[in-house]
Amino acid sequence: MSAGSTGSASASAPPVMLRVHGLAARYGAIEALREVSLEVRVGEIVSLIGANGAGKSTTLMTISGIVRGTSGSVEFEGRRIDGERADRIVAGGLAQVPEGRRVFPRLTVRENLEMGAYLRSDDLRPDLARVHELFPVLAERANQLAGTLSGGEQQMLAIGRALMSRPRLLMMDEPSMGIAPLLVARIFEAVQELNRHGLTVLLVEQNARAALKLSHRAYVLETGRTTFTGSGAELLGDDRIRRAYLGEG
Amino acid sequence: MEWVDFFLQQLITGLSNGMIIALIAIGYTMVYGIIELINFAHGDLFMLGAFLALTLLGMLGLGDWSGASAWAAVVIMLIASAGFCGALNWGIDRLAYKPLRSASKLSLLVSAIGASFILVNLGLFWGGLPMDVFAGGVAAAAPKDFPALVPNTNLLGEESLVQFTPKDVLVWVVTVPLMIGLTWIVTRTRLGKAMRATAQNPVAARLMGIDTDRVIGATFLIGGALGGFASVIYSLYNNTISFQMGYRAGMDAFTAAVLGGIGSMPGAVAGALVIGLVRSMSDAYLETRWTNTIVFGILVLILIFRPSGLLGSRVKEKV
Ligand SMILES: Nc1ncnc2c1ncn2[C@@H]1O[C@H](COP(=O)(O)OP(=O)(O)OP(=O)(O)O)[C@@H](O)[C@H]1O
Ligand SMILES: [Mg+2]
Repeated sequence: MSAGSTGSASASAPPVMLRVHGLAARYGAIEALREVSLEVRVGEIVSLIGANGAGKSTTLMTISGIVRGTSGSVEFEGRRIDGERADRIVAGGLAQVPEGRRVFPRLTVRENLEMGAYLRSDDLRPDLARVHELFPVLAERANQLAGTLSGGEQQMLAIGRALMSRPRLLMMDEPSMGIAPLLVARIFEAVQELNRHGLTVLLVEQNARAALKLSHRAYVLETGRTTFTGSGAELLGDDRIRRAYLGEG
Repeated sequence: MEWVDFFLQQLITGLSNGMIIALIAIGYTMVYGIIELINFAHGDLFMLGAFLALTLLGMLGLGDWSGASAWAAVVIMLIASAGFCGALNWGIDRLAYKPLRSASKLSLLVSAIGASFILVNLGLFWGGLPMDVFAGGVAAAAPKDFPALVPNTNLLGEESLVQFTPKDVLVWVVTVPLMIGLTWIVTRTRLGKAMRATAQNPVAARLMGIDTDRVIGATFLIGGALGGFASVIYSLYNNTISFQMGYRAGMDAFTAAVLGGIGSMPGAVAGALVIGLVRSMSDAYLETRWTNTIVFGILVLILIFRPSGLLGSRVKEKV
């Protein structure tokens, strides 16, 4: 387990879908990312864990093209996407469920889901049906304003909305934040279910234990640098990680 | 019952003027809703629309307009001014506001005030052009007569004390379909939903693949076009225009937008009808010199006691 290591990829390992290399980003004078490097392979759930302010959200926002990186590169399915417009990146198959959900409060649940499919012009019904199957509550609340949903329901809506663009890679930023434990379990189950059906996931979590349990691999982010990487089980067993992120003495 | 007739007359005048103010107010409220900018240049954009309309009339010839040719000229002016103001507003966003998207709201506001100065001076310059319609440009700053293409005959009969004229008809025939069309765009179309999404959470909108700069540009285009329509019906209703008219019209419309809860389109229309009525009632029952004071008084009171507007919700719905 070493800084910047890309893991032990054997010849049969699935191809790399997302490769972030030496990414840096700043907000004015604040250096939020110094050197972030990570890889996500096709079919994986990879999690990114780290303390408050480590730069997890900034990493996702930079990959999504909302924050401009100052150096480094982002490659998605073999194509450079750093510097590309956010809407082009979504069109390319990379979606994000942002921190704090960011649903459109005065659009209905249905309209929120439609916005997720903004770039598509084909029939949305199969996708709506799939999202409703995953989160039945969204079907019941279809005509309700999203701002009136509970936090957990809003999180489901945010995930459903991102799925409507038919992404191949879904990045999720703290989907468990501020949500009752029962719903957290439901949401993590949904993530695994989606992954079994072929969705590749990059998961940011404060809830490191839960994240590591469901991830194939994970990266640790410390003050804007990726410092450790390994399989979920490896990190769960690592003393330093247990002390720093799993709250064990 | 003479006082009833008198009151009805103020009602008609007030509501017709209110509908004109409403078209301008929608432009304020749409832009505020999407980028939280009070677009101070909006009233002056409206003024330039009127100047374009008058210039066009001058180019078409200032003969005796009547019947079909007058209505054709009205339609031409409406389309030209709407297109012109829409394009100009879009261009102003591009040049003066878009580079400041991530700057502070104050920088944006100062940029809008600057744009307003530029437009006012363009109007002054324009009014000084040596054209017949501008009285040969002798007095650039002087108010210009706008030909009475739409007659002032009373549709309720010459003996009626209440006047309802083709001018009033023009106002309603233009504004109501525009408002219905706009409502349809905003609530039903893909662009309209993208506009609302961008207004409610611009980052999330971008994460959904919405090109928010284009959506904002479209908002300026639509808001500007409505101001262009308003400029033509205003000019035909009042028959005089001046390079300073954008100031008062802008303040009326801004007050209307604030009154109805800035950011809300139905609110802007309701607020504009109230302002139109307040103006006509004040003109009639008090004195015209009090009218501006009353309108500004309303603006100040609302800003102090109920900044979210009479219809707006008190709580800000930012997540
Ligand atoms: N819009 C912003 N303007 C200025 N600084 C910011 C902004 N957003 C984040 N930062 C700073 O950048 C650093 C990284 O923030 P980021 O939100 O990426 O961390 P995070 O790992 O997601 O934290 P959390 O676990 O609290 O969500 C922090 O120091 C933060 O204060
Ligand atoms: Mg974060």
